[in-house]
Amino acid sequence: MAENVRPRVKAPRQASAGEAVTIKTLISHPMESGQRKDSDGNTIPRSIIHRFTCEFNGEIVVDVAMEPAISTNPYFEFEAVVPEAGDFKFTWYDDDGSVYEDTQSVALA
Amino acid sequence: MTMTRRNVMVMGAGAFVALGLPMSASAAAEDAITEFTGGADMGSEGVTLTAPEIAENGNTVPIEIDAPGAEAVMILAMGNPTPGVAEFKFGPLAASQSASTRIRLAGTQDVVAVARMKDGSFAKASKNVKVTIGGCGG
Repeated sequence: MAENVRPRVKAPRQASAGEAVTIKTLISHPMESGQRKDSDGNTIPRSIIHRFTCEFNGEIVVDVAMEPAISTNPYFEFEAVVPEAGDFKFTWYDDDGSVYEDTQSVALA
Repeated sequence: MTMTRRNVMVMGAGAFVALGLPMSASAAAEDAITEFTGGADMGSEGVTLTAPEIAENGNTVPIEIDAPGAEAVMILAMGNPTPGVAEFKFGPLAASQSASTRIRLAGTQDVVAVARMKDGSFAKASKNVKVTIGGCGG
């Protein structure tokens, strides 16, 4: 497991029904591409987050397949519809099998 | 051979193809596009790719895609050691088929976005990004 992985999510706490809200997510992760070499010339093995999903009450908002060309500390910004009060669930899947999760509740305004 | 207008046009097209081939991306990138589209033709309308013209640092290049009506968008960096960057699938609760993220670019190259629309058609957008410092180590 990569060290100090910390997901951060910015989503509104309140929205009116059917409103489109902007969501920003950031997770600290080195995203080792598998292309770099260490000082002895050995290739540093790939270690990235390869998938990110955002769901609202179990319905998919976005599902992103990620390759090593995504920068360190992967950042995503996208828009979601909030049809009702509920929870956004954010999930990151690491190459090593770890799964990082974060949730954010949204109330109806 | 007389230089008719038609001849000139044909020669021009031939020269364009001949010059264009070595510049077009690696075979791997073309394969990835073919796999995504199934070899279908791609239109040029319907997907917008926003990227800086000049990126000082190839380690983190902000890009944005916008493809109204798309169900999936694939992003490729044609000049990277592995061309794949990401594939966005938009679910029923996506308010717009747009997203932004940050990517790595090994050097000056074309970034390509291919969108698969809900009706099964494909659209492609491409943007050249000049990179001052590459972002793939080495």
